Amino acid sequence: MPSLGEQIRAHLPYQRRNAASLALLVFAMVLTLSAFAEVGLARDGKIPTALFGYGGALVVLAMAAYFVQAKFTPYADPLLLPLAVALNGLGLAMIYRLDLDTSHDRRVAAAAGKKLLPDAADAPSQLMWTFVGIVLFVAAVAIMRDTDKTDAPLSFTPKTAQRYTYLIGLTAIILLMLPIVPGIGREVNGARVWIFIGPFSVQPGEFAKLLLVVFFAGYLVNKRQAMSLIGKKIGPVSLPRGRDLGPILVIWFFCLGVLFMQKDLGTALLYFGLFISMLYIATQRVSWVMIGVGLLAAGVFIATLLPFMGHVNQRIDIWQNPKPYFDGGCLMESGKVVPVNPDTEIYKKWDAKGDPSPGFSACVSELGGEYSDSAQLMKGLFSLGQGGVLGTGLGQGEPWRTPLSFSDFIFDSMGEELGLTGLMALLLMYALIVQRGMKTAVAARDPFLKLFAGGVSFVLALQVFVIVGGVTKLIPLTGLTTPFLSQGGSSLMANWILIAILVRMSHDARKPAPQAIQDEGMTQIVSTR
Amino acid sequence: MTDLMLTVIKLAFLLVLWLFVIAAVGVIRADLFGSSKAAARAAAPRAAKPPKPAKASRTPQRSAQGGQPTKLVVVQGERAGTVIDLSGVPITIGRANDATLVVTDDYASSRHARIYAQDGQWIVEDLGSTNGTYLGRTKVSRPMPIPPGVPVRIGKTVIELRK
Repeated sequence: MPSLGEQIRAHLPYQRRNAASLALLVFAMVLTLSAFAEVGLARDGKIPTALFGYGGALVVLAMAAYFVQAKFTPYADPLLLPLAVALNGLGLAMIYRLDLDTSHDRRVAAAAGKKLLPDAADAPSQLMWTFVGIVLFVAAVAIMRDTDKTDAPLSFTPKTAQRYTYLIGLTAIILLMLPIVPGIGREVNGARVWIFIGPFSVQPGEFAKLLLVVFFAGYLVNKRQAMSLIGKKIGPVSLPRGRDLGPILVIWFFCLGVLFMQKDLGTALLYFGLFISMLYIATQRVSWVMIGVGLLAAGVFIATLLPFMGHVNQRIDIWQNPKPYFDGGCLMESGKVVPVNPDTEIYKKWDAKGDPSPGFSACVSELGGEYSDSAQLMKGLFSLGQGGVLGTGLGQGEPWRTPLSFSDFIFDSMGEELGLTGLMALLLMYALIVQRGMKTAVAARDPFLKLFAGGVSFVLALQVFVIVGGVTKLIPLTGLTTPFLSQGGSSLMANWILIAILVRMSHDARKPAPQAIQDEGMTQIVSTR
Repeated sequence: MTDLMLTVIKLAFLLVLWLFVIAAVGVIRADLFGSSKAAARAAAPRAAKPPKPAKASRTPQRSAQGGQPTKLVVVQGERAGTVIDLSGVPITIGRANDATLVVTDDYASSRHARIYAQDGQWIVEDLGSTNGTYLGRTKVSRPMPIPPGVPVRIGKTVIELRK
């Protein structure tokens, strides 16, 4: 009879795939360099010098990441790193391309003595954050140990986090609440999700996302037995016990709280979806999913009824009918929308008074309604339409016309220049990352790591769905970053840490099981490492 | 740069983009479409644990073909002689009344261990018991597959999987 060790190995026929990983990584870098080259060729007719600066920096960073991955996690999944590098590189190329246009605009504006654009694509800072992100990846992969080496002193593994479940949950909640604190939090573009510390602005929600996954995984790993096996059965649905249902209700109230105070529908949706999916992974009970979806629907319905949730109402109204809001629309008490764009009489009247934002003042002061503007969403849709199936080609479209074309709307910018063909490829890259993460979860032997890997994969998938669905008008638009593509340090750092965790866990799950000592016969092999 | 050149460059870039995606899929094609070894695994879909009864109802058929165990037999302890049919539903063992196999044994915990099917294999997992679960002479510290004929010891109770 084969030994237990042999049986486990036969069960997991994984091999080192470092060569494949390196080949794909080189391909990802070629892809990024081609993107820079295409931008330069289309705009100036020559290969841009930025190709060597940005491209060279990315090549060095990616190779460093590869060598650390090959040394510390030789059995890691071969796809995760190359896909992340490719998405990050394409995002960098697009931001570089948008930077060229907006920096030109800025020069023109400065020459004409006008005020500068407040938000703009900034390729050098994106490169710096890419550097920080990959350094974090390298550090995380190198520091974390295999989960079966927990006895070594000061060893830190993905499973270490399980010991601090509630502490981590508390940290996540504090991080989420930080933007509400007066002084460091400020409302930007209708949502309060940023904190400002000196010259830096941080989106704590991006990090809270990872911590919440750890908390849910740690909580559910202890409770899943009770949740899936104990409970009253009413008809086809088996209801859980009150003490098991308690936490889900707390999270529900908490998500609504975030929704109220930060006006951040996207984040609330993200966390709630995350919790529901992890409940499902842990218990495999459809009744939990039904309870969760029901609660979410009830929450959104209540939110639309409350008068002070005008922000959410508007988002939903703009989603259903964006046209009257173009360049400014006023949602009245009766549900009617009065346009207050620069072509209207009422706008001209307030503009003549020298009001700094005539549309807003006309709506709020004169009409007594809720002002909002769908220009961004509609310009994004025009962008996609302009791109069509094959796109205009990098550097040949005008994606910078959409506000925030480099962050929230970078997917539309990609759509304009790469077309539907390019967007499908980008979505497939995300799908592959998620698939590899789920595969890692399935292969993981420890229940906590299973939930952890499943959770981070799902949160990535849900985030892509919410923002891509939002900018393509499939669902109401809410501000979330597009992982790896959007400009922004918090998002890049959090997502690189996410990839590092998946890389470490996939190594753990895929490496051969240690030889069982008692099957060795007379000679016992004792591993000292 | 002529328009024609730019169009060629644009299409070339999209081609490179898709070749990258196709190459990535190629690296994991064994996972998706199956090589010879992976095809066997693909035939037995990986079910996350604990498997849903609907999914697991296929387990007996598979077991009949692959010579997998079909019943769980208690060979030692107070419940010796008890036979539980393995239908794919996870089996919990412990002193608690809601366990599948209730053992009245001072050395067993109320929720002691769990046995479940995954990929056509039966896996034993210790649920944080006080005195531990043993597979053969090995202490079960993480979920382990149970080879046929190897005894699983829970307190004074010993169970085996049989065909």
